[in-house]
This record gives sequence, structure tokens and C-alpha cells, in this order.
Amino acid sequence: MNQVFLSMKNSFNDNLSNRHRSGKIWRTIFIASTFLAIFILSVLLIDIIDNTAGYVALKADVSPDSLAQGGVALEDLPKETLVGILQANLSQGAFNKLENEKSFQQRSHSNVYDLVVERVVKYDVADSWSLFDSLLKSAEIKAEAVSDYPDAELRFVSWLTPGFISQPQSSHAVDAGIRTAILGSLWTIFITILAAFPLGVGAAIYLEEYSVDNWFNRLIRTNINNLAGVPSIIYGILGLAIFVRALESFTSGAVFGLVDPTTANGRTILSAGLTLALLVLPLIIINSQEAIRAVPQSLRRASLGIGATKWQTIWAHVLPNALPGILTGTILAVSRAIGETAPLVVVGAATAINFDPSSPFSKFTVLPMQIYQWTSRPQGEWHHLAAAAIVVLLIMLLSLNAFAIVLRNRSTKRF
Amino acid sequence: MKKQDRTTPSGYPLRRKGLRKHHRPGEMIIQSLLVIAAIFSILTTLGIVYELGKEALLFFNLPGLTLKDFLTGTSWQPHIGQFGILPLVTSTFITSFIAMLIAIPLGMASAIYLSEYASPKARNTIKPILEILAGIPTIVYGYFALMFVTPLLRSIFGNDVVQIYNMASGGMVMGVLILPLIASMSEDALSAVPNSLREAAYGLGATKLEVALKVVLPAAISGIAAAMIIGISRAIGETMIVAVSVGAGPNFTFNPFKGAETMTGHIVRISGGDLSYDSIDYNSIFAIGLLLFFITFTLNLISQRIVRRFREVYE
Repeated sequence: MNQVFLSMKNSFNDNLSNRHRSGKIWRTIFIASTFLAIFILSVLLIDIIDNTAGYVALKADVSPDSLAQGGVALEDLPKETLVGILQANLSQGAFNKLENEKSFQQRSHSNVYDLVVERVVKYDVADSWSLFDSLLKSAEIKAEAVSDYPDAELRFVSWLTPGFISQPQSSHAVDAGIRTAILGSLWTIFITILAAFPLGVGAAIYLEEYSVDNWFNRLIRTNINNLAGVPSIIYGILGLAIFVRALESFTSGAVFGLVDPTTANGRTILSAGLTLALLVLPLIIINSQEAIRAVPQSLRRASLGIGATKWQTIWAHVLPNALPGILTGTILAVSRAIGETAPLVVVGAATAINFDPSSPFSKFTVLPMQIYQWTSRPQGEWHHLAAAAIVVLLIMLLSLNAFAIVLRNRSTKRF
Repeated sequence: MKKQDRTTPSGYPLRRKGLRKHHRPGEMIIQSLLVIAAIFSILTTLGIVYELGKEALLFFNLPGLTLKDFLTGTSWQPHIGQFGILPLVTSTFITSFIAMLIAIPLGMASAIYLSEYASPKARNTIKPILEILAGIPTIVYGYFALMFVTPLLRSIFGNDVVQIYNMASGGMVMGVLILPLIASMSEDALSAVPNSLREAAYGLGATKLEVALKVVLPAAISGIAAAMIIGISRAIGETMIVAVSVGAGPNFTFNPFKGAETMTGHIVRISGGDLSYDSIDYNSIFAIGLLLFFITFTLNLISQRIVRRFREVYE
């Protein structure tokens, strides 16, 4: 008997160090895996920042030196001379169009200079380098640029500039911007919220406050959970079939007599916004349900007890108390919609447009779509533009999320 | 047993006979509007099934197309009458498999660390970071796959082995995208296991690792399995990463370093231009979409079933 106990005790002691060792090893593995995820996140961000600035070799159509007059550099020439250069190098039609947009008298010197650079000098990117390469291997890059592109000008540029945000899309990488895409994103999201918020909150109120446990309501619940898991591209296909095609007269604005002359089909902002609304609807419902559920029973009972009707109770007590939670959930759902690309490709976001959307019935492009476009191009300069656009997109999403978190923290009531 | 009054989830008593109040049309109107809002979700599902089914039927009615060819053919060239969906399906599964190879071990390990080892402070810092990872738009991951991971793979394995567009880089980055999803769902499942189980095991002399792996993990297995299935379903439906980095043509191959086209990637490429209605391409995206919907829907249902049926209920 004693013998058995002793041998058990021995084997226990023998094993103990092994067990502790494997415990330590696995603990390290668990921690390492967690930090690997964080490490990948930082690599991703660094890689994007790496591409937002760096050297470019610029080739000019018309060299600025050849435009300089009397030993004065192009940028120091008086405005009248610059206008003269524009007139001499542009077709009469193009020149008149600029004059009609804003007369040259009223334009500032720097604006006219920019026009000369954009329209006459026309820089094209021959080659481009990333930020870290530019900083660390600047001598090699300079040597390479001189040998490979003798007539090009090597310049250190940041792709992410105020001009990048305020200019429309262009076929010259140096002049390309994301103004059209940002406006398109804002329009689309506005319509998404307009459609999805009332529907989502309404459905959540019904499910939490009115529905009884029967097969119909169980079906709705299960169905919402399943919809939240449907791939976004399926919503795109649905949007293509319903909003773009079946409801074309509505989404193109024909019903209202508001057809945008440039579109004239259903591939409009309205279709895109409604498609995204279907996509985020389940998320808004689920988040709002949770917020409504968190409102304590005592509030409802007190309200009902003093004779309020059900809707009065909901409107005056449940909703105001659930609102911060509902808004937080909605903001998170909307930030998902802002980043969506796939459904909008299918719905038919335009590939290259450079005019601002003017109504829900306009053709459109959105920020992620623009990033997709630029990433898919083979030349490196577009990838830099895509990286710059990604930074803008991430900043937009981050500020939305920060706003949601602040909202949640500031209005968390403890009952 | 005392008969309980039936109530709504928020605890309103249902109307009982004899207590009928005023007839209030306003309340009725509001309630019907709310019901309609809730029914919209069902209409969406019906819309998906109806539209996908209708257009897919047109596709299956094409001359020379049989269901057997569709499901077993190894060449997808609808314009010349080759309707085998296998190249699209295999590449979808290969990329998803690579993604899960990354996401499941890393996600599980993070979940165990967060739930069993991390201090509350560490957990409160790390969880939001993982959520950021989950909130980054997929097109950004696509960019990362094409601009960073692919060059990395090519420098490791050689440019002639790894093609510019390849399934490995897309799959790996997709794994990073899904990792936070699996980590956070599994962490929820692990945290839900009551402490009494852990304490009982410690009382018997178990080490922390043994408690985590042999007691807590099995008790939370239903939630973890559900997380994995949701992860797979996400991977299969993921679009922009594969559209950007995996390839631009259906290719029947099992080599992860070669380019191929997944179902989602194919839909995106085909519909990129102005797709004309009732063309073969137009109808084919509905057929592919239907298959995709069917696969992901089934996976999601299975996951919900697992949670409901195998959940260990304590107390």
C-alpha cells in the first residue's frame, strides 16, 4: 500500500517539472501568437506609409526650362506671361473653357502657374521609389535615375497632399486626386443611413418590444442572423438585379424626371446607397436590439404604471435611453459600409469619372473603388496614389470609430 | 407549475381578456410600421433567393449545359461552351484553406491567451487592437497582399516559383483578416466557462496549461467550433483580397503559388465593366452567386446549430 503511494508520488514529482516546462512553452506560444497579430497590423500600416512618399523621376512633356523667358524661371514669370504660354500651347477651345470656368483676371498667380504645369508642362512619372528606400538609399536612387532617365527630373514628393484630396481623378498620376471618390462615398453613405437607420431601428423595436415568441418572429430572428453572414458580394448581385435593373426607372431618376444626362441607367449613387443599406441592415438591427435590451425593465413598468401607452413608453423612455447604444452600433455599421468595395463593383461603380456627383442619380465612384482601380494598375506610381488614398480612408474610419467609442463612454448610464 | 403570463422579450404583459383598453388606432399604425420594418429582412432573403434563382435558371437553360458538367467540369469558359465551375471552386477552397491554416492556430492561441493568461489590463489593450485589425477594409488587405506579401514570397521562394498573382499571398492575408474574428468569438466562448470548473481542476493539482487545454477548451468547444465555421464562411465569401492579389483567370490548379480565380474574384472581374443584361456573363454571375450563397448559408446555419445544440449550460 505504502509502496504504491510512494511510486505514485515519485512519478508525480518526476512529471511535475515536465508539466511546468510544457506549461511555460505553451504560454510563450500563446503570447507570441497574440503579438504576431499586432506585429502584422504594424507591418501593414508601415507598408502603406512607406508608399505614401518618396522619390519620383518626372518626365516633362515640355520642359519648364524651355518655357522660361529671358533668364527668368517659369514660376517667377508674371501672370500675364503665363496666360500667354497657356494660350500659345492649348487649343482655343480648351483655353476658352478655362476662361469660362473663371476668368484669368480673377485667377491668382499660383493658380495660373498650376494650370501651366498641369496643361502645358505635363509631368509624367517615369519611375518612383518608396519612402524608406528614398531615405536610406538616396545616393543609389539618384545614380539610377541619372543613368536610366537622363532627361527626367528627380524629385522627392509626398503623394498625400491637400491637392490630392481636392483634385478630381486624372490620367496623370501627378495631378490625380480623390475628390470625386470622397464625394461619391459621402453621397452613398448618406443614402445608406437614410434608408437603413429607420428600417433597422424600427425592426429592432418590433423584435424587442412587440414580438411574441412564435414561429414568425423566430423566423425573422434566425433570418437576420443569417443575413449578417451573407458575403457582401451577394448583396452586390442582389442590388444589380433589383435596384439597377428592375427598379431602373426609379434609381435612374426617370420617375421624377430627374435623369442625370451623364448616366441614364440604374448604375447610380441611389442604387449603390440602397445596396449598402441592405448590407448593413442586419448589423444595425442586431446592435439596436442589444441597446434596447439594455434599458432596464423598471423604466418601462414605471411609465406603463402611470398610464402611458406602449408607444409613449417606447418613444419617451426606451428610445432616449437606448439611443447612444443605437447610434454607436449604427456608426460601426456605417464604417463597414464605407470600406465596402465588392458590392459596388457589381452594382457598377464607374471606373473613371472626374466630375463631382451632383444628385443621387449621378454616376459615381467611391474611395475603396478608387483604391481598387489604382492598385490594379501595373505602374508603380498608381500604387503610391492607392496608398495615399488608403491613408485617407483609414483616417475617415478611425475618426468614425473614435467618435463611436467616445459616444459610448460618455453616455453609458448605470441603472 | 404556476402558469406564467406570456410576455414579449422586454417583459410587457400581453393583453388579457377583460382588460381591454381604449381602441387606439395610432398605436396600431405604429406597430404595423414596425412589423413592416422587421419583414424587410425576410424580403431581403427572399429577394436574394428569387433573383439568384431566376437568373441562374436562365444560365442553366443554356444549350449544352448540364448540371453534371457544371459541377464536375474542369474548365470555365462560358463563351466557348465550357461550364465547369471546378476551377473557381477549387481555388476558393485552396485560398480559404490557407487562410484557415493561419487564422485557426493563431486565433485560438490568442483567444486562450486573452481569456486564460492575460491580465485584465492587457486584455483591455489587446482586444481593441484586434478589433482594429478586423475593421480594416478588405481592399486595404488586398493592397497589402499584392504589394507586400507577394514580393516577400517571391524573394523567399524565387520569382520563377511564385507567380505575381498567386493563391498563397491572398490566402495568408485573408487568414490575418479572419484571425480577429476567430480570436474574439473563441475568447467569448472560453470566458463563458464558469470559474468553478477552473478552480476544481486547480484543486486537483492541474497546471494552468492543463486547465486551459483539458478543462476550459473542451467546455467551450461548441463556441469555438462555431467560430471556426463562421471563419470558413467568411473566407469563402471574401472578395477584394482575392480579386486584387489572386489572379485574373480561371485556372484549374492545386499549386498555391500559381494564380487562379475564386468564385468571388471571378464575379468582380466579370462585372467590372458595363455588364450587358441577359448575356452569358450576366447570367453566370448569378449562378456562381447562388452556389456561393448556398455554401455560406449552409455553413452559417451549421454554426448556429452547433452553438444551440452542443452548448454546455451551467447552473
